[in-house]
Amino acid sequence: MAHLHDEKIEFLEETANQIRQDIIEMLYEAKSGHSAGPLGMADVFTAFYFHILNHDPKNPGWPDRDRLVLSNGHICPVLYAAMARAGYFPVEELKTLRKLGSRLQGHPHRPWLPGLETSSGPLGSGLSQAAGMAYAALMDKKKYNIYCLMSDAEQQTGNIWEAAMWAGKHKLNNLTAVMDRNNIQIDGFTEDIMPLEPLREKYEAFNWHVIDVDGHNFEEIVGAVEEAKAIYEKPVLILAHTIPGKGIDFMEFDYRWHGIPPGIGDVKDSPPKAEQVKVALAQLRTLGGKIKSEHQ
Amino acid sequence: MPLNPKIKFAENVLDKLKVEQKTTRLGFGEGLVIAGEEDKNIVALCADLTESTQIHLFKNKFPERFIEIGVAEQNMAAVASGLAASGKIPFIASYGMFSPGRNWEQLRTTVAYNERKVVIGMMHSGISVGPDGGTHQAIEDMAITRVIPKVVVVNPCDYHEAKKATIAAAKHPLPVFLRFHREKTPMVTAAESNFEIGKAEILFTPKEENKIDVAIIACGPLVHNALLAANELENEGMNLYVLNNHTIKPLDEKTIVEVARKAGAVVTVEEHQVLGGMGSAVAEALAQNYPVPMEFIGVRDQFGQSGEPNELLEHYGMGVSHIKEAVKKVIKRKA
Repeated sequence: MAHLHDEKIEFLEETANQIRQDIIEMLYEAKSGHSAGPLGMADVFTAFYFHILNHDPKNPGWPDRDRLVLSNGHICPVLYAAMARAGYFPVEELKTLRKLGSRLQGHPHRPWLPGLETSSGPLGSGLSQAAGMAYAALMDKKKYNIYCLMSDAEQQTGNIWEAAMWAGKHKLNNLTAVMDRNNIQIDGFTEDIMPLEPLREKYEAFNWHVIDVDGHNFEEIVGAVEEAKAIYEKPVLILAHTIPGKGIDFMEFDYRWHGIPPGIGDVKDSPPKAEQVKVALAQLRTLGGKIKSEHQ
Repeated sequence: MPLNPKIKFAENVLDKLKVEQKTTRLGFGEGLVIAGEEDKNIVALCADLTESTQIHLFKNKFPERFIEIGVAEQNMAAVASGLAASGKIPFIASYGMFSPGRNWEQLRTTVAYNERKVVIGMMHSGISVGPDGGTHQAIEDMAITRVIPKVVVVNPCDYHEAKKATIAAAKHPLPVFLRFHREKTPMVTAAESNFEIGKAEILFTPKEENKIDVAIIACGPLVHNALLAANELENEGMNLYVLNNHTIKPLDEKTIVEVARKAGAVVTVEEHQVLGGMGSAVAEALAQNYPVPMEFIGVRDQFGQSGEPNELLEHYGMGVSHIKEAVKKVIKRKA
């Protein structure tokens, strides 16, 4: 496991917390969009945009940058919030999510927003694109890395396995996929809808190296990416076990919060809709009640 | 003078027996090699159909720039998008039924919507695939590609045009869908003929400019049938235009409206479903600019079946006699 200084971990945790607040505010403002996935992946995105990626937010087209390809485009609120906080565009612009004329489309539209590596939304094709980028980089002997962030439910598409087979064939060692293993999808739990397990064995059978991590532990996330860089003969899958809705009690582990924003409708066992945003933000600002306020 | 004197034609173009025949897919394969020599960023991807797509010519010449994908057309389209994102100019090739038939969404989202320049070679299109039967006869591909914003769709009429279109596609800024066919088809144009994406060519001009009966607008190898029909009709005393409308998108509205205005009636000819194809594109343009009576030659809302190519073209109403009948019918509808 990578060793991160306490100050670094604290910085990453605070940043992830800020990004979760951004997500809640963006979704409430947009009045539609996905909640659970973006919240669950806030730590992974923070680790990438604030520690792992070799990138320059002021020069998003830098040819030698690491590429982060988001395959499951519906969790883009976390991508946008991480990009804004990293300096790609003004934080105020987050409130334009899903609005007419916004660069922050409901699912990412690359040509409109510098820093996006692709357009995505229809599930299952990000890994192919990332594999294509990795192949081109190897052809041209480039040193940058390609990271594909994808969901667990999109493992139900055929395109993913076409990509996995092809990446394994070509030993794309500059390609690392990170799967958000949160176990939920729109219609329920993945293992009820269409069982995915055993994921590790499946990817290993496709000639990938697989690493399991706690998707909320920065040292584990960073450590897995370091390990991935040291694997020369295979592409690497990091199975990031995450809690959907992480950080907000009434959303955690509840697939009903997969595809809806807070503050729009009443959900059984959750606070009434008028209270949801307030409760969620209060919980984030007090780190789940550990402190009285963000100023403490 | 029936054949437009400004156009350089193949030898014996109006002689069905003597005219030389080659496949348009060979034009693609050879054009791709030339494009590959000119630009080292060109890479070629294939889904287990290297020889029938003629992409083996590129593979033999530039093995390090050839990428075998296996039977996985969705992956091929999205991998191509990723390669294009990294400075490559990918050409992908498969049968039209599989690409764009099976990977339409990847082509729409990861290529067109994502503004990544990829060239898509659609082989074995049309009903003339023949004995393979309905599963392999792509007769919907122009409809499903031309509706995608910010792309180009070209159906070259012969080997030479296929070669030029392939070279031109490499240099075009947008994703380009190139439509080719399995069988050898008659040469209409010559090596030195003009070709420009988006510019329809008037191949056949009316004898008498002031009493033009009809304009036949065709694409693909059926341009040859259109020419044969026009030649026979001219011998029967008619005055006609024949337009080689190789580019379905962007449509050369200017030339199409111009010939429609002069002729007052149009017959479109394509080896494709009438629904949504080249004829539909022409109808959309004319309805908005200069409506004239139209007749459509193509497959009429049905699937194909096994048979010999020419037998099938006759069976589904795309022969010379059908074009002539359509011309006579549309002239009767002129006000």
